[in-house]
Amino acid sequence: MEYHGGSYDVIIVGAGHAGCEAGLAAARMGAKTLMITLNLDMVAFMPCNPSIGGPAKGIVVREIDALGGEMGKNIDKTYIQMRMLNTGKGPAVRALRAQADKFLYQHEMKKTLEREPNLTLLQGKVERLIVEEGVCKGVMTHTGAQYCAKTVVITTGTFLRGEIIIGDIKYSSGPNNQQPSIKLSEHLEELGFQLVRFKTGTPPRVNSRSIDYSKTEIQPGDDTPQAFSYETTEYITDQLPCWLTYTTEETHRIIDENLHLSPMYSGMIKGTGPRYCPSIEDKIVRFHDKPRHQIFLEPEGRNTEEVYVQGLSTSLPEHIQRKILSTIPGLEQAQLMRAGYAIEYDAIVPTQLWPTLETKVVKNLYTAGQINGTSGYEEAAGQGIIAGINAARKALGKEELILSRSDAYIGVLIDDLVTKGTNEPYRLLTSRAEYRLLLRHDNADLRLTEIGYKMGLISEERYQKFLAKKAAIEKEKKRLQAWIIKPTDQVQEVIRQAGGSELKDGIRASDLLKRPEMTYEHIQLLAPAEEQLPSDVVEQVEIQIKYEGYIEKSLQQVERLKKMENKKIPEDIDYDAITGLATEARQKLKQVRPLSIAQASRISGVNPADISILLVYLEQGRIARVSNE
Amino acid sequence: MEFDTIAAISTPMGEGAIAIVRLSGSEAIAIADRLFKGKGKKRLNDVPSHTLHYGHIIDPADGRTVEEVMVAVMRAPKTFTREDVVEINCHGGLVSVHRILQLVLTNGARLAEPGEFTKRAFLNGRIDLSQAEAVIDLIRAKTDRAMNVALNQMEGRLSKMIRQLRQTILETLAHVEVNIDYPEYDDVEEMTHRLLLEKSQYVRSEIERLLQTAHQGKILREGLATVIIGRPNVGKSSLLNSLVHENKAIVTDIPGTTRDVIEEYVNVRGVPLKLIDTAGIRETEDVVERIGVERSKQMVKEADLVLFVLNYNEPLTEEDEQLFESVKEKDVIIIVNKTDLPQRIDMERVKQLANEHPIIATSLLEEKGIDQLEEAISTLFFAGAVEAADLTYVSNSRHIALLHQAKKAIEEAIAGIEAGVPIDIVQIDLTRAWELLGEIVGDTVHESLIDQLFSQFCLGK
Repeated sequence: MEYHGGSYDVIIVGAGHAGCEAGLAAARMGAKTLMITLNLDMVAFMPCNPSIGGPAKGIVVREIDALGGEMGKNIDKTYIQMRMLNTGKGPAVRALRAQADKFLYQHEMKKTLEREPNLTLLQGKVERLIVEEGVCKGVMTHTGAQYCAKTVVITTGTFLRGEIIIGDIKYSSGPNNQQPSIKLSEHLEELGFQLVRFKTGTPPRVNSRSIDYSKTEIQPGDDTPQAFSYETTEYITDQLPCWLTYTTEETHRIIDENLHLSPMYSGMIKGTGPRYCPSIEDKIVRFHDKPRHQIFLEPEGRNTEEVYVQGLSTSLPEHIQRKILSTIPGLEQAQLMRAGYAIEYDAIVPTQLWPTLETKVVKNLYTAGQINGTSGYEEAAGQGIIAGINAARKALGKEELILSRSDAYIGVLIDDLVTKGTNEPYRLLTSRAEYRLLLRHDNADLRLTEIGYKMGLISEERYQKFLAKKAAIEKEKKRLQAWIIKPTDQVQEVIRQAGGSELKDGIRASDLLKRPEMTYEHIQLLAPAEEQLPSDVVEQVEIQIKYEGYIEKSLQQVERLKKMENKKIPEDIDYDAITGLATEARQKLKQVRPLSIAQASRISGVNPADISILLVYLEQGRIARVSNE
Repeated sequence: MEFDTIAAISTPMGEGAIAIVRLSGSEAIAIADRLFKGKGKKRLNDVPSHTLHYGHIIDPADGRTVEEVMVAVMRAPKTFTREDVVEINCHGGLVSVHRILQLVLTNGARLAEPGEFTKRAFLNGRIDLSQAEAVIDLIRAKTDRAMNVALNQMEGRLSKMIRQLRQTILETLAHVEVNIDYPEYDDVEEMTHRLLLEKSQYVRSEIERLLQTAHQGKILREGLATVIIGRPNVGKSSLLNSLVHENKAIVTDIPGTTRDVIEEYVNVRGVPLKLIDTAGIRETEDVVERIGVERSKQMVKEADLVLFVLNYNEPLTEEDEQLFESVKEKDVIIIVNKTDLPQRIDMERVKQLANEHPIIATSLLEEKGIDQLEEAISTLFFAGAVEAADLTYVSNSRHIALLHQAKKAIEEAIAGIEAGVPIDIVQIDLTRAWELLGEIVGDTVHESLIDQLFSQFCLGK
C-alpha cells in the first residue's frame, strides 16, 4: 500500500559512518532532514576493527571535526584507548588512533542523532528512488511509504547485494548477518549506474576470558591525554590495553594445506579485495618467506569480553579458523565467538560522481561512503560530511562545497575517486597526498574551521576561539622574527646544552629555532614571551617556523596548481567537437567530465598536449556546445 | 603550467651562422639579466623596450664567460607572444647555444613545449581566431614528432638507467611510507637517516654520472671529438684534407671555447666527426713544426676518437712509442700512411703496439685506403666500441634540464638529512627527484608508489 510519508529538504539513506555525518551536517545547516536506516540498533556500527584514526585516517577525523562533524567528538566520548602514532617522525605524519568501545560508540551517536532538532531518524528499507526526468525527488520504502525531498544522499555501505562467504558457504547478507539491500542495487542499475563488485573481510572474534595474555605483549595507550576534537576538554584516563601476538609455522602450515578450501582461491569470490587489508591466507601466499605475522588482540568494548583478532582476516571454513586460532600463542584455548568472513558487495563506479559527490547520472542524488568504492570508517565519514553539506546547500539553493587536494585529505580522497576511479576498495594513505606537509593533523582547524563556519556548522563561540588562536600564532611568530638573540655567555650555554654549535653573531630568534636541536622551550629561555602561551599555539609556532622552507615549497606548488584549478571547464562542453584530442583522452574526458583544467590533467591518459588543446578552446571561449542544446 | 617563463632555441639546429635563444614570460628579462654582462653597469632590467645590447653571457655559478652575444629586449605587449620577450643572439655554434639554453633553464625558465610560443601568441590574442585549428594541429604534430624522437632515444640505455634509478628511489620511498602508514608493523625495518643518506648519495652520484654522459651525448649534435696525431710529415694534413674533401664539411670554422682550437665537422658514413685542432695541423705542417708530443697528448685526453698516423717510409721512433703509450686507453685507429713509398717501418712492432686496435694502411697521396679507414670508423662507432658513441645517452636539452633539477632536489634532500630534518619531510625532495626523473621517461604515475608499497611489504590487518 503506497502512501505519502512526508516531505523533507534532505533524505539520507543509511546511518553508518557516512550517513551519520551527512544527516547531522544537513540538519545542523537548517535543512529538514530524514535519515532512514535498515536497523536502528546498528547506527554507526563498526563491522570491522573497533578502532578509529591512524595515519591519514586520523587526520581525516580531525578535518571532519574542524568542519563541524561528529566523528571526533563521538570517539572522544567512547574510546577505551588513545595513542599518538609516529611521534618519532615529522609533524606531517603524526596521527591519533583510538580503540573504540564499539557499542558505546553506537549508542552515543544514536543519542546525538535523536537529539538533533532538524533530524528525523527512521527505521525502514529504501527500495527505490523517486526520479523524474533525471532528477531525484525522494525515496520509496518496502512498506510503501513515499518520502519526498529536494536532495537524497545514499550511504548504504556494503549492504548493496551483500553476500557473506565462509569457506564454501555463501549467503545473501549485509555485514554481521544484517539484511542486505538487494532491490536498491537493482534499481540503481536500472537508473543507469555502472556498478562494480568489491570484496572485503573481517577476522574471527574470541572470548577474552579464554585468552592466555601471558603469552602476548601488552600494547598500552598513551599517558598524555589527547583528543580528536578541538572542542574536547575532558579525557578518559581509564584505558584498556591491546595485546600483540604472532602467527607460527604451524599456522602457516595449516593455511597452506587448506588453501583449496579458501573461496579466494577456489574462485568463489569474484570481487576485488583491498591490498592493504589482505586476508591471512593472502599474506601467506604472497609473502611466503615471512616466518610470522603480527596479530593484535583488540577489546571490542568495556561491557563485553569479545576480542577482535586483528591480522587474521579470513574466509576459510569455520573449522579451519578454529584450527588456526589454536596455533597462535595465547589463543590455544580461545573460544571462537564469531567466525571471520569475506563479504562481497556492489559499489558504484565513482567516476560517475561530481566532486560535490552528486551523481552525474541522476541530479540531486548524492552518494557517500563505501558505496563509492572506499573502505574505512573515516573515509566514509569524510565523504558523508561533504555529501551532507552539499545536499543541504543544494536543497537550500546555495553554492556547493568542493575541498581541494591542498585543503584536506578529504579533498584528496574525493578527487582521487571522481577523477581516477578505483579498482579496489580505496583507502587513504599519507602517500596519496602530494601536500602532506600542509595537511597535518595539528593544523586541520587552521585549514578548515573557516569553511565549517561559513557552512554554518561551527558555532560563533568556537569560531571566536579559533580566531584568537590564529592571532596568537601570528603574533608570536612576528615576535620571534623580530627578536635578535646576541651571543652572550648565557645564550652560548643554552645552545651548548642543546648540543648545537655556538653563535658567532646575533641571530633572529626564529632563525635559531630553525636549528634541528633547538626547541621552542630553548627559545623561551633566550627570548621569553610576556605570558605563557597555550600548548596548541606553541605547537603551531614551532612547526611553522621550523619547517618554513619546506612549507613554503609546498605552498608554491599549490599556487601553481591553483592557476589551473581556476580554469574552469563548462559542464556541457562537447569533447567530440574538439579536433585534435587523442582518442583515449577524449574517452576519458567524456567519462570523467572534469570541472577544471587541473582536474583534467590528473586523469590518466590525458596528456599535456591534450591539455594544451583544451586550453586553446577554453581561452578563446569557443566552447563547442552540446549539439542538441 | 601556463604563464611561467619559457625558453627554446628558435633557429634551426646546426645550420645558420647565428643562433637565437628565445625567452618569453614575465621573468624573461630578469632571467636574461642574471646571465648578461654588458658594458659598464648596464642592466637588462633597466633598458628600454625593443633595444639591442652587446655583451657577454656569463655563468653565474662560477662567473665564467660563456659567449659573446647580442641581446634583444622586447617588453609586452608589442611582442610576438604579447609577453616580455628576450632573444639572445650568438654565433658560437651548437655548443655555445646549448650552454646558453642550459643556463637559461637552470636560472628559472622552463623549456618550451613544441609550438608553445605560437600557442602563447594565440592565447594572448596575438593571432587571429581563425588560426585556432592550425595551432592545434601544430601542437599535436610537433608533440607527436618530439615524442617519437624522445621514444627512440629512450629505448636504449638511458631509459633503462633512469628506470633503475627511479626504482631505487621508489623502494626507498615505499620504505619511508610504510613506516608512516603502518607504524606498528615492527617487522619492517625503520628507515634511518643514515640509510636514507646512503640511498640519496647513491642517487646523486648516478644522476651526476648521467649528466656526464650528457657531455658525451652531445656527439649526436656535435660529432665525435676526433683528433689526428702523429709526428711531423706523416700526412696528418693530407688525412684531414681527404676526410674533409671526401665528406662535405657540415659546419666549418666554428671557433670553439678555446680560441686557438679550430674545429671542423665531417660526416663519415653517418658518423658525425668533430675534428679538433685542424688549425694546428694545417699551421704546423705548412710552416714550422710546433706541435710537440706534449700537445698531442693533451688533445688525446679530450678526444673520443684518435686517428694516429704513422709513416710507412720511416722506422718507428721514440716519439711514436710515446704516442702509442698516450693512446693506450683510447679508441684509436692506427693509420700507416705513405704505402706508395718503400717500407721502412717494423709492422710486427706496430701490430704489437696497436694491441688489437685497427690498423689501416693508406696512401693518401694516391687516395688509397680511405674507404677502409671510413669503414673502420663506422664499424667502431656503430658496434658501440666507442663508448662515447652511445646514442642513447642524454643529449636532449629537456632531459639535461630535468636531470639538473633532479640533482638539485636530491641535493636538497641530502642537505635536509644532514641537518637532521625528519625523514618524512626530507622525503618531499626525494619524491620530487623521482617525479623529475619520471618526466624524462614520460612516467609520473603516482599510483606506482602505492603499488610498490604493497608488493614490497606485507601489510594489512
